[in-house]
Parts: sequence; C-alpha cells; structure tokens
Amino acid sequence: MSTVKSLEDLKKLREEALQKRSLKTASGQTQVIVAMGTCGIAAGARDTMKAILDYIESENISGVTVTQTGCIGLCEREPIVMVVIGDQPKITYGKVHPETARRIMKEHVGAGKIVNDHVIPM
Amino acid sequence: MRELALHLLDIAENSVAAKAKNIRITVQEDTRSDRLKMVVTDDGCGMTPEMVKQVVDPFVTSRTTRKVGLGIPLLKEAAEACNGGLEIQSEVGKGTTLTVDFQRSHIDRMPLGDLAATFLNLLISSPSVNWVFDVKFNDREFVFDDAPIKEALNGCPFTEPAILTFLRQMLESGIESIQPEPSELTNDVSIPVRRRS
Repeated sequence: MSTVKSLEDLKKLREEALQKRSLKTASGQTQVIVAMGTCGIAAGARDTMKAILDYIESENISGVTVTQTGCIGLCEREPIVMVVIGDQPKITYGKVHPETARRIMKEHVGAGKIVNDHVIPM
Repeated sequence: MRELALHLLDIAENSVAAKAKNIRITVQEDTRSDRLKMVVTDDGCGMTPEMVKQVVDPFVTSRTTRKVGLGIPLLKEAAEACNGGLEIQSEVGKGTTLTVDFQRSHIDRMPLGDLAATFLNLLISSPSVNWVFDVKFNDREFVFDDAPIKEALNGCPFTEPAILTFLRQMLESGIESIQPEPSELTNDVSIPVRRRS
C-alpha cells in the first residue's frame, strides 16, 4: 500500500471514507469500548486495542466507533472490551487478548454472533 | 508494565480524566547527557499541593479521592531505580505537568517500547483532546500535532480504515525517522555506578 503523506491526500481519503460510512451506519451504530485504566493497560489493553484497529484496517470495516473507558472495577478480568450494536444491550467481554479481540471483531461486530466463552455476565 | 510507552499511555489517561483540552507529550532521549526524559503537559483541572502529594504515594491515595491510582507511584519507583525521578507541577484551574527522567543507559531502565501504538491509542480513544507528540533523539525531532489533521478531516472519525492507515503510517514513519545510528549508542549497556537509596 502506498504511503499517504499530505493533508490533500487526507481530504480525498475523507470523502471516500464518509461515503462508505454513510452506507454502513444506516443499519445502526456499532461501538467498541476498551477499558484503559492502569489495570487494563498493565494487563495488555493496548495490544487489544491495536488488534481491534488492525482488524478494522485489514478488513476495511467502516462505521465502527472505537473508544475507551477507565477502570470498571473488574481489574482481574482485564483486558475488558465492551460491544454495543445499535440498541441491543451492551455485551462485556473479559480476558480479551489480541486473538480474542479479532474473534469478537469477526463474529460479534461482523456477524452479530456473541462470543459466549468470554462474556462477563453484568 | 514492561514498556515506558505503556506508562506514558497510563499517565496521559490521567490528563484525559482531568478534562484537559490540550495534551502535549514529549519524549527526549539524549545519549550525550545519558538521560531519557518524558513530559506530559495538560491544561486540565489541576491539583492542589496536597493532592499532588497524594497521587505519588500509593499508601495515602484512597478510593474516595481517587483520580489517580497506582500508575504514578509505579512510574516514580521505576525512575528512582534508574538514577532518575518523577516530578509533578500543578495548579488548580491551570493544568498539570508531569516530568519523569531516567539514566538512559541504566541496566534497569525499561525499554521505551512501542510509542507509535501508544500515540495511536490516545488519538483514537480521546478524539476530543488536541494531542501534540514530540519525540526527540539527540538533535533529531519528530513532532505530531493532530489539529491540522482534524481540520482536514472535518468531522470524519479517526476509526475509518483509510484514516487509521494514514495516522498509523504517519506516526510509525515519523518515529522511525529519528531512530539512532549504531554509532550513537556507544554507552548503551553499562553497569550502574550508583543507586539512590
């Protein structure tokens, strides 16, 4: 892939990205939230976040919002990732290392299928 | 934590929690003075002198006053083990500057780690903050300011795949461009002469 350097290139990318996004978000917002407290970071949340971003890049997924939250009091289950799709209830996942993060992106975010073996009942 | 870049991510989250609008992170490696210095400056809500005292002491920080937990004491300890230290200057309503420095060649100094990943993480997870990253190695410097990028994007989120690629490549190539020549790393593995008690 060629390297994009200038802000002019970026403006072109923006047009394409927004077009793709408007098609996608019509079917409901998808939000992925990574817990980024000291506990999360120490447990590997940055690598989890990186795996999610890399997946979005490599699979070219538009319309997903990735954001963060602090410590939610379940430090022993970090890294924690939450997924909200449209108006469905929030699903909280524990022990989400990069491999699991990719699975969640593929199965839950991509296909709407909850990854049951990592769900934390809230 | 195994990387200074992870500590940086953790410390910067404190600035985000302090509702900062502008956060500047400086990482400065100098082989001539043999120091590695990291500075996080924010214009968040700031702290009183008593609060500053509390955040560096893991035994005084209590749950109710908790805005900062173990992150700062951990980093302070890591710095003091490497002939360095951690200092916080803060003023309520103005903001906070945290400075931490290490003897760069100290055998116990953690590796800097993946700065590009830390920076990308901060950009994505706190998009409302204006981020400036300034990385120096001896006389070479890479400065990343997200303001012109946000202006060009005009509301298009960072998490769109093409934009992510742009940001990642910009950070990675920028940090790569200031990496040292082997000849600059002459005093790299040395035995610490003195430890602070």
